[in-house]
Amino acid sequence: MEMRVLRAGVYSTVQDRGRPAFRHAGVPLSGAMDPVALRVGNLLVGNDENAAGMEVTLGGAEFLFPRGAIVAVTGAAYEGVPGWKPLALAPGQSLRLGPCLRGARGYVAVRGGISVPLVLGSRSTYQRGGWGGHEGRRLQDGDLVPVEGAAAGHVPAIMAAWSLRPEYSDAPILRLVAGAQAGWFGEALTSREFRVDPRSDRMGLRLAGEPLAARDAKELASSGVVPGTIQVPPDGQPIVLGADAQTIGGYAQAGHVAAVDLPLVAQLRPGDRVRFRTITLAEAQWLALQREQEIALLRAGLQARWEQAG
Amino acid sequence: MKKPVLTCEPLGDSALTVTIGPPGDPSIPARVRALAAALAKARLPGLLDFAPAYASVTVFYDPARTEGEGALPFHRMQAAVMDCADSARVGHRRVPRRELEDRLVEIPVCYGGEFGPDLPEIAERARLPPRDVIARHSGVEYRVEAIGFVPGFPYLSGLPQRLHAPRRATPRELVPAGSVGIGGAQTGVYPLATPGGWNLIGRTPSTLFRPLDNPPALLRAGDRVVFRPITAEEFAVWK
Repeated sequence: MEMRVLRAGVYSTVQDRGRPAFRHAGVPLSGAMDPVALRVGNLLVGNDENAAGMEVTLGGAEFLFPRGAIVAVTGAAYEGVPGWKPLALAPGQSLRLGPCLRGARGYVAVRGGISVPLVLGSRSTYQRGGWGGHEGRRLQDGDLVPVEGAAAGHVPAIMAAWSLRPEYSDAPILRLVAGAQAGWFGEALTSREFRVDPRSDRMGLRLAGEPLAARDAKELASSGVVPGTIQVPPDGQPIVLGADAQTIGGYAQAGHVAAVDLPLVAQLRPGDRVRFRTITLAEAQWLALQREQEIALLRAGLQARWEQAG
Repeated sequence: MKKPVLTCEPLGDSALTVTIGPPGDPSIPARVRALAAALAKARLPGLLDFAPAYASVTVFYDPARTEGEGALPFHRMQAAVMDCADSARVGHRRVPRRELEDRLVEIPVCYGGEFGPDLPEIAERARLPPRDVIARHSGVEYRVEAIGFVPGFPYLSGLPQRLHAPRRATPRELVPAGSVGIGGAQTGVYPLATPGGWNLIGRTPSTLFRPLDNPPALLRAGDRVVFRPITAEEFAVWK
């Protein structure tokens, strides 16, 4: 079974939850920039939450399912497309993600899952390496993408809980846990506003603002980084690392965005304004565990509904 | 020798970094390798992966899957990792015995010409004829200190001091895969075509990263590496 990409849009790729187990070989995590949106989308269509879907940056994308499909659109909001619930597409009907109303990255989960081959245990696209996803690259107009058993069908009347649908904002306050070099920058990171630079991509969200001056800066030996790490290069303009970021880095680490707020980072657009607020590690981990519990509840509820639906 | 110091700090809410000191101690690389080897064997609950670097090992974990005593997932993971370090004697005065087999990997390199556009500059800087730069670069053994930057990229220590050279002021937009470069006191090989700021002195026909192989990377942290000069004809045949 195949899906036809009628229009690929600005930048669309196949992503799952990434490849967590190859970072010792320098392989980035990759996977959905907004992992919560992809996981919830998968649960809404009755998939395993690690199934591969499409990450659509901004809009302008259209996908055709010749035999119909059950899909869910999560993350960014699109004109005329009901989000965060399963949708039944009749044979030959296409899914059109036109202008993006809110957020920056939409996720299309398809019942059955996108079935491109696994590379290093994941179907995620890693464009720089040229592997994973659909032929190791972003989607192009006319691509035929394999989907496992997509077909039209009946969908149960279900929606994702509001608690799992974050309020995407063009001026969020991102919660962070202090980094090893937080002391170099004093209160500067949490007392200023930054703008999202257009050069941002899946490797990193580049922020622009009054440069952060480092006190007592010294040469650092490269060490591990994670998606969400806030690096400050010598020019003082912070970079929030994204899903395709490298695994070790040598820049100062001012902080790390809490995992629970990574969806807000994924949904920022160039020009949006960002502020930071420091929370404790205990708070960040408690919030992460709470989020996992909400997803577990949703998983249990939706599995039952899909079983009833047959 | 000063007593080694292991510190464990959170790296955000789903990773932690064990740093090994005191800074500059010559036994640190062996201790990093010993810790990485111990973590590879231990199968700690919640551990997803680890990344060894120069003087540290970062452990990536799933906060929802840690086990043991401790109020926070971080405390549970910290206890498990530090126990693992302790049983591998990572922090003992005597440098721990190597757990990994000691591999020596030979990498063929065609130096200079179109493959090494910065060789003349490096030679001039070192006040050596290019063939002596080649002889010195290929005449010593290197150690893989870390894998990172891009998949399979080895950070190699052991570059003769005479060949040290600062990174280029303006990075190249695209460095071809296989390029062998010098960046500061380090030398390395680019496994993929990527932007890069190192001085390029040659190219290897070997593939350093194959995403469909297991393991995907030719090199791993701790390996010893030597470069063997080959001719352009040998390079062509190799491919």
